[in-house]
Amino acid sequence: MKRKDFIQLSAMGLGALALPKFAFGNPVDPSRFLNDGIDVKVKKQLADVALNAAKAKGATYADVRIGRYLNQFVTTRETRVQNIANTESFGVGIRVIANGCWGFAATNNVTKEEVAKAAERAVAVAKANSKVKADPVQLAPQQGYGEVSWKTPIEINTFTVPVKDKVDLLLSVNDAALKGGVNFVNSAILAINEQKYFASTDGSYIDQDIHRLFPTFNVTKIDRTSGKFETRKSLGNPVGMGYEYLSARPEDKVTGIITRYRDRYDMLEDVRNAAIDVEQKLKAPSVQPGKYDLILDPSHLWLTIHESVAHPTELDRVLGYEANYAGTSFLTLDKWKSGKFNFGSKLVNVVADKLQPGSLGAVGYDDEGVQCGQWDLIKDGILVNYQAIRDQAHIIGLKHSQGCCYAQSWADVQFQRMPNVSLQPGKDPLSVDDMIKNVEKGIYIIGDGSFSIDQQRYNFQFGGQVFYEIKNGKIAGMLKDVAYQANTQEFWNSCSAIADKRDYRLGGAFNDGKGQPGQSNAVSHGSSTTRFNGVNVINTARKI
Amino acid sequence: MPILTREEAQALLKKVLAYSKADQCEVSIYGSDNGNIRYARNAVSTSGGNTFSQMAVASAYGKRQGIATINEYDDASLEKVVRRSEELAKLAPENPEFMPYLGPQQYGPSGTGFVQETAAIDPKKRTDMVAASLDISRRNDLIAAGFLENTTAYSAMMNSNGLFAYNNSTGGKFNVTLRTQDGTGSGYVSKGFTDVSKLDVSAATTIAAKKAAGSKSAKALEPGKYTVILEPAAAAVLVEQIFFNMDARSADEGRSFLSKPGGKTKVGEKLVDDRVTIYSDPWNPELPTSPYNGDGRPQEKITWIDKGVIQNVYNTRYWAEKQKVKSVPSPDGAIMIGGTKSLEELIKSTEKGILVTRLWYIREVDPQTLLFTGLTRDGTFYIENGEIKYPIKNFRFNESPIIMLNNLEEMGISERTVSGESGIELLLPPMKIRDFTFTSLSDAV
Repeated sequence: MKRKDFIQLSAMGLGALALPKFAFGNPVDPSRFLNDGIDVKVKKQLADVALNAAKAKGATYADVRIGRYLNQFVTTRETRVQNIANTESFGVGIRVIANGCWGFAATNNVTKEEVAKAAERAVAVAKANSKVKADPVQLAPQQGYGEVSWKTPIEINTFTVPVKDKVDLLLSVNDAALKGGVNFVNSAILAINEQKYFASTDGSYIDQDIHRLFPTFNVTKIDRTSGKFETRKSLGNPVGMGYEYLSARPEDKVTGIITRYRDRYDMLEDVRNAAIDVEQKLKAPSVQPGKYDLILDPSHLWLTIHESVAHPTELDRVLGYEANYAGTSFLTLDKWKSGKFNFGSKLVNVVADKLQPGSLGAVGYDDEGVQCGQWDLIKDGILVNYQAIRDQAHIIGLKHSQGCCYAQSWADVQFQRMPNVSLQPGKDPLSVDDMIKNVEKGIYIIGDGSFSIDQQRYNFQFGGQVFYEIKNGKIAGMLKDVAYQANTQEFWNSCSAIADKRDYRLGGAFNDGKGQPGQSNAVSHGSSTTRFNGVNVINTARKI
Repeated sequence: MPILTREEAQALLKKVLAYSKADQCEVSIYGSDNGNIRYARNAVSTSGGNTFSQMAVASAYGKRQGIATINEYDDASLEKVVRRSEELAKLAPENPEFMPYLGPQQYGPSGTGFVQETAAIDPKKRTDMVAASLDISRRNDLIAAGFLENTTAYSAMMNSNGLFAYNNSTGGKFNVTLRTQDGTGSGYVSKGFTDVSKLDVSAATTIAAKKAAGSKSAKALEPGKYTVILEPAAAAVLVEQIFFNMDARSADEGRSFLSKPGGKTKVGEKLVDDRVTIYSDPWNPELPTSPYNGDGRPQEKITWIDKGVIQNVYNTRYWAEKQKVKSVPSPDGAIMIGGTKSLEELIKSTEKGILVTRLWYIREVDPQTLLFTGLTRDGTFYIENGEIKYPIKNFRFNESPIIMLNNLEEMGISERTVSGESGIELLLPPMKIRDFTFTSLSDAV
């Protein structure tokens, strides 16, 4: 039995009933969320104890992260609440360099004595590792910022909203779905608050308060005669926002064949539409496989960007650190050095961004004390940069880290994780309607579905939530059993049109996984609706 | 908090229950010592260890339940956690699916998966094992990235209705990928163990090294339907998907591959080849697992698929009572009865086919047919006239494990393997499958 099995019923089954895998935390009374946690002055004292203890044992560098992680998870199905989980996790992680090697140790016993002992353990681990010969760690220089702070700009702290209000919202969503004719509906609200204090021997003391929210649902409709069933999930997003995300204004709604959402989300409206969609999906004809021009909505395209652009530009993959698990990357250093590698068509401009308001990746400073920013990854179709942290910056000739270091909790060691990675909108005015008008044989895809990509990020396959056939510039009706397969470079070179900034929206995920032991990262990806020409579409219907 | 013995755990849990004022109270404890070491680019990259323990107390008033957890075990903390669970229970909404806690249960033997030598692994032992793996990589002019972890753990639960359960175990995993310097070859091996003396890091790394060197200069074959030999690690990531979808409630509700029109299910029907028998057995010496489930139900030796027929599905206690069927907990591991041939003999008997080391990035495409997609990785070879002829480029597949087990040609000897996707361990044979559906080529190495 592993730790995660403690909250699941067993290893192999009932996974759908299990809680999401939080960094382990203790269930608490929600009123505890209103406590501020320990004072910043006390955190500084504890941090200094750790830094001094590490230095005294021979560390040439040390950083300490004191973290309080609050999670709230409310799940419902049909007419009842399935679970209300409130968890809190508090502890300290200390990372050091000694004898040129990294060492890490963590403790949830946050006293000066125990923090000092953890720092000493981290140094001992570094020294033990240095016995297996390796090149010494080279850290990019980093100025100390002194005592600074950053906070997600939220209007309503989700943790101050009574649980009853969340339950009422979710049960009204379920009620609307059932009235709309679905057989089953699950809905949930997940909220995260990371209260992180970082200090390093460079002289930074950084206090951050980070908020994220994820409202979602899934509806299922069954045709009892044929035994077939279809599902449609929420078109809302996980966001780096407060509870205000759930109060949609007219300007947040993108109308069209299905209403989609920009900066705020109308969950009730979306579930009513989902009930209609799922009925249509059951009746839709199965797709004819072949080449189609694809029109991809931002609610779908974010995931394709995540897998095929954001992951292969992670420098740790490029260098081989993930070779045994998440994989390496086809965007090798020689391609970047050539300055000519055509990742995509000239329309394709992709930006890495740790600041974007409302995004999951927005923070002031990363988990090794580097102030965050934005930079180009793909410029006019050419690969121009990667995502790097302090001990990698020198490999790509950078004098500073790009601020991409993250750990999912105080108990996990920080490593390179992706920032928000977004496709820039088209420079010329172009609406989605005008884009569709020019398509003879195409499929318009809204919402993300099944996804899979190889370990170097060449070959991918994506599904979606709803698919519309386009015939001679007009939407002809819904299709089902659609998935497209492509090679990353060919796909992005087939990009022939990008809608302008009026259509730009974010999508994202709470649970981007990497590393051994595995860690989760939350990240957003923005785009406007984009056209790709002549993509291979397969039919996924089978009989068993 | 050290690893507790049965007697120590029993005494501690009794003390907790004595504080309870609720209608019912159930307390569980889990503790573990974990260590890991990760390496990449032929050097150690990160390593660490932690001691973890957590106690969960569930209190119930009628159908209202509250759960609180703690990791401090002095008397005041124990009383506090009981009180907090009671406060949360009073605040909770009634759960119509709440089931009273179980009474005393009869469990099979515990601790069969505990091996002292594994429990004694220290950081030096881990470093030495990794050094042996790195040595093979360097001597063969290859680049290694790998991971070794081990855990010693115990769990116990007790409730106010008289139930007490205890188990302790050891275990670990080792996996490594070796790549050629030019990045054109890659080989992988993955092993799970209860007894560390059965893990031969050097032998495992040598297999990965051979696959890496042998997979250079791969040729491209056209996508299509091929006979494949799936090594156990490749078969595991598809076979486990059958288990993840054998929940009785989903089948009864009409939203599972086991559902049939008109609200019926396929339980009792033959779905796969009649040579397929899959069961679980907590006391199998090759793959010992816990004698009890997380909710206190005893685990038994149980057959899930018997000669191709779906024999059992698992359920919650609530669903079993509602449907008036036997309560069946989901298993912690699965065992498929294999054949008598070695992997080499399976290759020898293959006229034309593809040997698959590993399947990767497995995602569901259609839950009604259990259609999954994913790719081959880290050692894919073309077989002709009983011999491995040359390495081939990787493929994407779209296949259902149900269709796959219908197209079974031959099986080898079952062995312990680890799913590279979920980390779950199984005893599986290498399998020869006809008409396995590859839908596109991948340039990935």
